[in-house]
Amino acid sequence: MPAQLQTPPVPASQRDAGAVEVHEVWHSYATASGPLPALAGLSVTARAGSVLALVGPSGCGKTTLLELLCGLQEPARGTVSCPPAVLMPQQDLLLPWLDAGENAGLALRIAGMRRAEARARADAMFSELGIEGFQRSRPHELSGGMRQRVAFLRTLLSGKPVLCLDEPFGALDAITRAEMQDWLAGMLTREPRTVVLVTHDVEEAVLLADRVAVLSRRPGRVLGELEVGLPRPRRRSDAAVAELRAAALDLLAEARG
Amino acid sequence: MRPRRALPALLLVVLLLGAWELYADFSGVQSAVLPAPHEVGTALWNGGAVLWRNFAVTAEEVVLGLAIALTAGFALAVAMHMVPLLRRAVYPLAVGSQAIPIPVIGVLLVFWWGFGVLPKLIVVALICFFPVLVTTADGLAGVDPEQLKLMRTLDASRWQSFRLAELPAALPAALSGARVALAVGVIGAFIAEVATPTTGAYPGLGRQILADAGPNFQTPRAYAGTAILFAFAIACFYALALAERRLAPYRTRTSGEPL
Repeated sequence: MPAQLQTPPVPASQRDAGAVEVHEVWHSYATASGPLPALAGLSVTARAGSVLALVGPSGCGKTTLLELLCGLQEPARGTVSCPPAVLMPQQDLLLPWLDAGENAGLALRIAGMRRAEARARADAMFSELGIEGFQRSRPHELSGGMRQRVAFLRTLLSGKPVLCLDEPFGALDAITRAEMQDWLAGMLTREPRTVVLVTHDVEEAVLLADRVAVLSRRPGRVLGELEVGLPRPRRRSDAAVAELRAAALDLLAEARG
Repeated sequence: MRPRRALPALLLVVLLLGAWELYADFSGVQSAVLPAPHEVGTALWNGGAVLWRNFAVTAEEVVLGLAIALTAGFALAVAMHMVPLLRRAVYPLAVGSQAIPIPVIGVLLVFWWGFGVLPKLIVVALICFFPVLVTTADGLAGVDPEQLKLMRTLDASRWQSFRLAELPAALPAALSGARVALAVGVIGAFIAEVATPTTGAYPGLGRQILADAGPNFQTPRAYAGTAILFAFAIACFYALALAERRLAPYRTRTSGEPL
């Protein structure tokens, strides 16, 4: 392994609130057959209020990176500087014994808000999410796309400056996924946050992100980064989108090679 | 359970009673070995006072013993879930406790707590806590780790995670354990009465049945007492099913009727 790199983190005063900086992070998991490296000197940054997409082959440590950002794990080496971040996992993980409104307001209840008040705050957001009228529905009564919207609202209402989305639409069918990508793009223009979006869908990355980082196979490191300086709303059929998509796919081919 | 839903069970009971009656009347089996249903019915009618007074004693043992068992089993499962060390220490002993032949400790229980109802409650609880403990512990341990990660990123404390995510997730399993406990609760009370002597005027239906089937030579009344226990176990079970619908409606709503 290369020598350990220890650079001091950027002082908070010089940093925009909401910016994410990951510097030379190494991480591995203990397994029966020795340590399994997950990240190998990964560095990546996201400006405050921007969307960073991470694309890469399965098992390239993307989920590990999100858990580091959310403080669920500590990096073995390197520095992670990230404001409070909240995780939106691939499965919606809505609680089946709560209705949609209560699920969406979960973070408010955890923060100590009274049950009725939390649900009222959450209920009021449903129209903005395009699921008005489903506040009292139980999760199993909602479609996959609707559940992801509720899960996104739950993430949003945590009030944290950084959203970590782990393949949020990976479990949806292609048509619903395209619809949800447009929807999320719209939501993020209205409710700008710093977003770290993990996806294996290059088109999704180009459509939603300001910057796309392509990761290598496990152990993950950044192979290359693409700035997506395109105006919003973006369309799949835009030539510029197709161009960037091809560039990202080229980088991914490198990852496979 | 609505009356219409009880119909298949009632029909089956009538069918079985009919077959039993025919067998008892025409096979030449002696009444002392297997009384016919009509003899049991007569014994149930004539032996009313003795049977019902004893049943009241047994019912108290079952209900209170089960209350202790459900509370203790559930509390222990939660404690084991929160403190892994406790789980490793207690679980094997809890399993072993199910192998104790109760009469061995019957005298000790009476020595500690006298001839009253308390030793019986302890026996019922000892027999019935185990299914609640196992199902609750498994239910708590079976919560999706991703769910717990999510709760942590939403800043939930350990207690909030437990109350909002783990406890409701484990409740259906805990209730399944409670149903198993209820089903064995009645035989638990029988074992308790047999294993621990009593000085009361009414020793409980278990002891009464044992005496009627043996030295009293009143086999029909022994069967009548058994019929009461039989019905009581069913009543307890369905009472819990009603409670379940209130406690964990999401279970019945997603996986159909509990019964």
